[in-house]
Amino acid sequence: MSDTAIPSGPRKPPITAVGPIAWAKTNLFSGWLSTAVTLAMGYLLIKLALSFIDWAFVNAIWSVPSNAQGPQTQACRDLRGAGACWAVIGEKHRFMLFGTYPYEQHWRPALACVLFVVLYIISAIRSFWRWELALVWIGMLTAIGILMWGGVFGLSYVPQERWGGLPITLILATFGLAFAFPLSILVALGRRSSLPAIKVLCVLYVELIRGVPLISLLFMASVMFPLFLPEGMNIDKLLRAQIAIILFAGAYLAEVVRGGLQALPKGQYEAADAMGLSYWQKTGLIILPQALRMVIPPLVNTFIGFFKDTSLVLIIGIFDLLTAGKTAIVEPAWQGFGVEVYVFVGAIYLVFCYAMSKYSRGLEADLNRHRRR
Amino acid sequence: MSATATAEQIASAARADAPPAIELAGVNKWFGALHVLRDVNLAVAPGERVVVCGPSGSGKSTMIRCINRLEIHQEGRIAVEGIELTDDVRALDAIRREVGMVFQSFNLFPHLTVLENCTLAPIWVRRTPKKEAEELAMELLARVKIPEQALKYPGQLSGGQQQRVAIARALCMRPKIMLFDEPTSALDPEMIKEVLDVMVELAGTGMTMMVVTHEMGFARQVADRVVFMDQGEVVEVGTPDQVFNAPKTDRLKLFLSQILRGH
Repeated sequence: MSDTAIPSGPRKPPITAVGPIAWAKTNLFSGWLSTAVTLAMGYLLIKLALSFIDWAFVNAIWSVPSNAQGPQTQACRDLRGAGACWAVIGEKHRFMLFGTYPYEQHWRPALACVLFVVLYIISAIRSFWRWELALVWIGMLTAIGILMWGGVFGLSYVPQERWGGLPITLILATFGLAFAFPLSILVALGRRSSLPAIKVLCVLYVELIRGVPLISLLFMASVMFPLFLPEGMNIDKLLRAQIAIILFAGAYLAEVVRGGLQALPKGQYEAADAMGLSYWQKTGLIILPQALRMVIPPLVNTFIGFFKDTSLVLIIGIFDLLTAGKTAIVEPAWQGFGVEVYVFVGAIYLVFCYAMSKYSRGLEADLNRHRRR
Repeated sequence: MSATATAEQIASAARADAPPAIELAGVNKWFGALHVLRDVNLAVAPGERVVVCGPSGSGKSTMIRCINRLEIHQEGRIAVEGIELTDDVRALDAIRREVGMVFQSFNLFPHLTVLENCTLAPIWVRRTPKKEAEELAMELLARVKIPEQALKYPGQLSGGQQQRVAIARALCMRPKIMLFDEPTSALDPEMIKEVLDVMVELAGTGMTMMVVTHEMGFARQVADRVVFMDQGEVVEVGTPDQVFNAPKTDRLKLFLSQILRGH
């Protein structure tokens, strides 16, 4: 080799191998078939985008006149679907966001939603990941509870039956995942326990809950569960649905966490054992930090799924965001404007889910920096 | 040279009186129906360096892993520093604090830095203050010649460097006994020497060591005794000279001829 080697430093790659032109050539126009597909898809995409812009912006109606009989939606109806009638959102957004909560008190659920978002942002910042964060959670959730229920500090009492809309969705999702996640870790650890009783209990829990649709669990929580309670004792309907969601999410998350535990090499357990770490030290310092990092993508996948599944509480008559949206267009004046309402509600779900997804990708990259060489 | 010899003599004289650091008496172990340790009897004196060799599947790793109960023996008695290994968790914790272990596959914690790997057990098990634990860790990382890697993650290090960190990590617990389970078997040839050098240096400090290895050069250089195992039995025990130059059994002769051919 040495006699044929030509001394040369590293060279830049040829211009055709890097940059946007090279990228387009390899990915979009690498042959006649790929060029044809690219052009066809490009045409379709542009056509769809243009017609959406027409519908959503150019032909849209943003507000409608109103008289003694209520809003006059004739102008919207005359569009015959050629343009969006965003007036329905302007008119009904308070109902969609807050349901049947007393109108003049809407600032309370609004503030509750803001507190939830603040809580999410605080919890997302890694330098705040200390035990004090638990106190922040307890404090914030208590404040949210006081805001929603009232009855103290001069706030009028609002029974839970009148709550609705976005706060319900956020309450179900936040409490649901905040309790289901620790539960799932315990269950996943329990499934790998060397104590047979604990193991059997955890397996039974996971298999029973996972084998039943969430809807039937919600029905059970709302219809059957009260039958088992002593006379006169009644647990709040929302709380019962909340417990059903926690149990259900717990079972699914437990299997995700267990996947992470199983993916960890046996040597990690042995090294921790050999150093004399106790079970909980080993689990808390060595096993879980690694196992949970590995399962961030499926964990967040499950989180996002459950955030949206909270909308199933509509079947037991709880007014979450989606149900409130559906109910908003029952009024005769607004019947037929479902698309606009669903786009609005969908956009709210999308914002939360996309935030989760985006954050998790950042977190994953950050927490797994030890894997980089 | 003569000074070392006298030191050796004094040390071995002291060993004769002290209770054994490790004692295995009539130890039997089965994996299912497979009899992997057959009536193993062995005593290691404080400060003694014992090298265990033998063909793969001979039970040498299983034996060494029984000493800190990573494997559980079914019959016989194992005592470390006079404490017998039983189901008693406190006895086990006490033993594990005194026994450091180095694994074939390093088993460093990949999510912690080199320094955190070293300070974890002293802080959580020995309750050493963090600052003190870090000072000791840096001192030991210097002894294994990689203090400059302290803030890196194990994944950023070469195999040889990782194994040296693993040795430093075990030493951070200030153990009385060090167990090595094939510490160089997973390493590229050019990295074996850097790990063996650290182990030779450690042997010079008078640490009680039990080493499962195929490195016969290392055995000749530092071992007080060599234990040859085959099929779960201790077949021969003797000084490196006796075992390597005057094997008594056919099994050992066969093993020696095989590894010599390999070299």
